[in-house]
Amino acid sequence: MKIEVGSEIEISFTLNGEAKTVSFDPRRSLADVVREDCGQTGTHLGCEHGVCGACTVLVDGAPSRSCLMLGAMADGREITTVEGLATDGVFNHVQQGMWDAMAFQCAFCSPGFIMSTMALLEENPNPTKDEIREELSGNLCRCTGYASIIDGVMAAIDNLGDAQ
Amino acid sequence: MKNPPFTYHRPETLAEALALLAEHGDEAKILAGGQSLLPVMALRLGRPEHLVDINRLPDLDAINVSDGGVSIGALVRHATAERSDALATAAPLVHAAMPYIGHRAIRSQGTVCGSIAHADPAAEMPAVCLAAGATMVAASAEGSREIAAADFGEGYLTTALQPTEILTEVRFPAWSPTARGTVVEVARRHGDYALVGLACMIDAPGGTIASAALSFFGVANTPVRIAEAEAFLVGKAIDDTDAFAAAGDRVAATIDPSADVHATSNYRKHLAGVLTRKGLAELSANQGVPA
Repeated sequence: MKIEVGSEIEISFTLNGEAKTVSFDPRRSLADVVREDCGQTGTHLGCEHGVCGACTVLVDGAPSRSCLMLGAMADGREITTVEGLATDGVFNHVQQGMWDAMAFQCAFCSPGFIMSTMALLEENPNPTKDEIREELSGNLCRCTGYASIIDGVMAAIDNLGDAQ
Repeated sequence: MKNPPFTYHRPETLAEALALLAEHGDEAKILAGGQSLLPVMALRLGRPEHLVDINRLPDLDAINVSDGGVSIGALVRHATAERSDALATAAPLVHAAMPYIGHRAIRSQGTVCGSIAHADPAAEMPAVCLAAGATMVAASAEGSREIAAADFGEGYLTTALQPTEILTEVRFPAWSPTARGTVVEVARRHGDYALVGLACMIDAPGGTIASAALSFFGVANTPVRIAEAEAFLVGKAIDDTDAFAAAGDRVAATIDPSADVHATSNYRKHLAGVLTRKGLAELSANQGVPA
């Protein structure tokens, strides 16, 4: 496959369980494809070079910086964003945990923290606070509301326990 | 920051990818995980006219363990290496480096070979390769060749790889049953590039050090081994902490790191000495990696 400058690439992928086929300039990041070509703006772009973590999504279940992937790299893959977590308008355990702990200040970073937490709890359902800090160290909160975010993860763990 | 425009190529075979590199030379860049390349492009530190996305190439995503050692293919992600029990046994030093590389989201996509080819002077993998005596396998349209780790790093972000070559695999020699290895580093934030780091291994049959490798990163434009300190350790007991401290002093006296906004040269020298003691003490206590 060769896509010249000025031409568009067409890819098919799954976004939050829904099959999508979109065409775009191949220089577009996955984040831009999700936000602008698919209209799902829950994924936020902070630094756009991989430092802040606001754009974290799950790619085939693995937490990934959507600003550090070309949209083209999502061809055939399964992408989950923060919009894919709630069921019928009801928060999932991580969203509810963050809500309960009032872990949102300006909330710009929240989608990234929530997606990183999804990946963390998938791998380690019962992390210590130190492990949470370690795993979330790739996400920045410029309001510096880290303490309440850690509390939110702990609340999410409780929610998960209650659900089982 | 949006990416600058480029012609996007997605070859399906290695031969096709190598033909593209042969055609476009240094106007082309290889895209694997993209975790180093895409920030470089976003910041306009590089503007390749052609991107060759190698993610579809077959047979490059395996970790192969044999009697002769371990081979890691070009598309093996850090996260895959981190979770590989086979790698933990067959190449403990490589496995020990994984948690330090970026953050989890970076490790999901970033590749082991990509980190080696990018050759950031503060990155873990080039130093691990140097300590462990790895061999890089570089393929081009003309054929493939092997490059020893000691000959691979040529300068800041510069390696012996030619613009027409792909690093298709890195090979590590078989791990001695009496060897121990670990990675220690100091970074401003876990997951950030290290201010100073050390990939170290010793082989100590019967509790006496027979060989040592001290490979530092973040102290020069390429990873460096400190031969004088390594030679000093040979013959010492594996629990000789005085010798570890003396080795650290030799390291600090040998290196000449540059200063930047994060650390002065003297502070980096100090850290290198501290990390020498710390790394060797970990190996002594066998906390680094099972022997």
